[in-house]
Amino acid sequence: MEKQVTLPYGKYVMVWFGLLALTALTVTAASLHFGKWSVLAAIVIATVKSSLVVLYFMNIKYEEKIFKIMLAVAILTLMVIMVLTFADILFR
Amino acid sequence: MSYGSADNSLPLKNFRTTKGRHGGVLDWILSTDHKRIGILYLISILSFTAVAIVIGLLMRLELIAPGETIVKPETYNALFTLHGVIMIFLFVVPGLQAIFGNFFLPILIGARDVAFPRLNLLSWWCYMIGALMAVLALFTGGGAPDTGWTFYVPYSVRTSTNVSLAVLGVFVLGFSSILTGLNFVTTVHRMRAPGMTWFRIPLFVWASYSTSWIQILATPVLAITVLLVAFERLFAIGIFDPASGGDPLMYQHLFWIYSHPAVYIMILPAMGVVSEILPTFARKPIFGYKAIAFSSLAIAFFGYLVWGHHMFTSGMSDTARWVFSLLTFLVAIPSAIKVFNWVATLYKGAIQMSPALLFTMAFIFLFSIGGLTGLIQGALATSIHTHDTYFVVGHFHYIIFGGTGFAFIAGLLYWFPKMYGRLYRMKPMYIGWGLMFVGFNALYFPMLILGWMGMPRRYYDYIPEFQFWHVVSTVGSWILVSGIILIAVEFFRARKHGPIAGDNPWGGVTLEWHIPSPPPHENFEVIPQVTWDTYDFEHGLPEKTAEGASHS
Amino acid sequence: MSTAAHADSGHHLEHHQDHTGAKIGMWLFLFTELLMFGSLFLVYSDYRMQFPADFHFSATSLDPLVGTINTLVLLTSSLTMALAIAALDRNRQRIAVRLLGVTIFLGGVFLVNKYFEWSAKFAHDLYPGSETLSMMAEGERQFFNLYYAMTGLHGLHVLVGMIIIAVMLWLVARKPRQKHMLLDVQPARVTLQDANDRELLVLPADDHVHEVHVTLVYDQHEELSRRHLIHLENTGLFWHLVDLIWIFLFPLFYLIT
Repeated sequence: MEKQVTLPYGKYVMVWFGLLALTALTVTAASLHFGKWSVLAAIVIATVKSSLVVLYFMNIKYEEKIFKIMLAVAILTLMVIMVLTFADILFR
Repeated sequence: MSYGSADNSLPLKNFRTTKGRHGGVLDWILSTDHKRIGILYLISILSFTAVAIVIGLLMRLELIAPGETIVKPETYNALFTLHGVIMIFLFVVPGLQAIFGNFFLPILIGARDVAFPRLNLLSWWCYMIGALMAVLALFTGGGAPDTGWTFYVPYSVRTSTNVSLAVLGVFVLGFSSILTGLNFVTTVHRMRAPGMTWFRIPLFVWASYSTSWIQILATPVLAITVLLVAFERLFAIGIFDPASGGDPLMYQHLFWIYSHPAVYIMILPAMGVVSEILPTFARKPIFGYKAIAFSSLAIAFFGYLVWGHHMFTSGMSDTARWVFSLLTFLVAIPSAIKVFNWVATLYKGAIQMSPALLFTMAFIFLFSIGGLTGLIQGALATSIHTHDTYFVVGHFHYIIFGGTGFAFIAGLLYWFPKMYGRLYRMKPMYIGWGLMFVGFNALYFPMLILGWMGMPRRYYDYIPEFQFWHVVSTVGSWILVSGIILIAVEFFRARKHGPIAGDNPWGGVTLEWHIPSPPPHENFEVIPQVTWDTYDFEHGLPEKTAEGASHS
Repeated sequence: MSTAAHADSGHHLEHHQDHTGAKIGMWLFLFTELLMFGSLFLVYSDYRMQFPADFHFSATSLDPLVGTINTLVLLTSSLTMALAIAALDRNRQRIAVRLLGVTIFLGGVFLVNKYFEWSAKFAHDLYPGSETLSMMAEGERQFFNLYYAMTGLHGLHVLVGMIIIAVMLWLVARKPRQKHMLLDVQPARVTLQDANDRELLVLPADDHVHEVHVTLVYDQHEELSRRHLIHLENTGLFWHLVDLIWIFLFPLFYLIT
């Protein structure tokens, strides 16, 4: 009688494999000594992993629009705070 | 317009008489009824505020003459810290949102309660526990903190006073704020009555909604900041300690990233109250409903962009300074839009004078002065001169007290009949207003002058040249407080002995005036179907709408 | 005066769970965690920028293998959490309970690893306030301050998450209690109350009420567990957040060598 709100089990397992692969990627990237770029690479990979978790495990991809808007507002606020703080610490 | 009802008694079944499971006081402090929780906040907040007012009087008494007058310098430091902590964290931040938001938000959107009633009760308990922790800090450990309410490092991690307990109390208070904001956002999204579209919700609800977002997103930054101060004091995790490479400016950034948006938590609900009172007493719709609604959101958003203006002399980069100065000028715009719209609402309205309206008009005047003095500090060149002087103290008291404080009294005057079912006498309120208005300006305008002349803030002593204005200011504090006492006494009396108010003494059109005074436990017998615009004085009057008609 | 239909629309949805509302509430709470940990990451990036060499050097004292294992442990626990919710969504109550058990176990593994990591550091006199730490370079000291503050707070959230999941496990696993209902018919008012005196249904004063029909539908035990679904979803959201924080902590502390 009630509608199913979750995905097929297999889909979650696929996402998990993706996360494992990205973890392997970030560990190997670290040992490759990109120097300055290693931090950026680590953050980019972490962001992709987070997106997988947020979109699929936390179901944001399939939720109503209001959830996506609210999440965007929260992330935007954090970004704004970080950028403005860097206006100070970057130029001291 | 005659106020009051022909009926001679309060409705038998109202939210105060509802029998709970425990009986007595427990039925109140364990109640999940948003109206009872609002009253609980009212009582606790006013109690703490009374203490802070007394402290303020003591501070003014000390400052009536140079040198030691009634207390020692260390005590004076503790006094202004306590005055700030109570007024900010225990009064104006929770303030109108916790009292009027809790009592009226559900009613204004046609709901029976908030989305999470038990979480709402937890909010109040967090408030009380946090407050008690802060009070306990006065009498334990090293005694009352003397850092100022801003707890700047490195002094706050070095002083022997009981900063740790105080900031942990602030942490708990933060939870109260977060849970309230979370509750209100969900309530407005999910529990509006049929027909109550986003652009039909009253402007107080828009204000409360915007405030709630600030509570949710800004408070956590304060939470981690005070936690780190506690960590540094308790576990030697010296993240802000310059001796181990820490950056005290990082503390200031994190602190003001919360505390600037916090001032919008203080002022937005106050502006919401003003937007409710003006249409009722001008008997016409608010001018520019959408502009005011969007301004509320804009203020909430822009509020995050300007915190650096508290740090112009701290050693921030030049880039940061001009960026924050520019953004600060921008944030004044939505507030100005509101002021213009409010004045336009009064223009060509059928004005009924009442104490609520008088306090509202005083709000507009005092808030404007506060705002203009803010602009002076937003400009880098003049800010260098005024930073850490009494000019700042004058500025923020005009905004917070002249703004939020006066709007709070206005809200009480407006909604008291709905909350208590009774009316107060007008005369003490009018006289109280007069005393408060004169006393307020006598107390705070000299501060603008003193600051400009160079008197530093948080100073216990001063050169004889400043004394004249200090005396004026202190005398002003006595006049102000006598007005407050007059009004408070009349409110106390009217609670039990005022004449019956009836459902709609002022002739308002928003939903709270469609239900009995005091409201019944579940607010509405039948959830209303809203078919009229918010401030429509033709079709929105209770006697004209379906539910108003069915209720009578 | 109200018609029966009118009364019905006012009351029959009174105690219906608002799943979307509950979920919105949980996400709003998650935003507070995002801002809180985000601020810590802001402090981290500030000091990282000021002391890049010190941060590199200090990171070598952390064992990337343990960090990687912990990452895999948490990622897997997120999977088992998501699968548990999917199971309950399909009324597979027993499977859900087992998966929740695995999730808690994995959380425990994470904390045990953390305990050994911290113990090792403490044994080397590398803890906040220690003498060794006080003699190190500024950047190294801040690295460890941030390490303890951030992984400590994160670990606390892991612990709290485990407790909440344990409570949910108990709720989902247990048989529902006997429900006693009281149907009270007064001339002007009909109420239906549950065992806790909560009013499930109230029909207001209406002289025209002739008959009251009440149908109680009892679900199967497994279907009855499904009523916890929204709470389990919200629990999952919290647990995934704990995973998310670690996804960023891991590279920034362990892999920046």
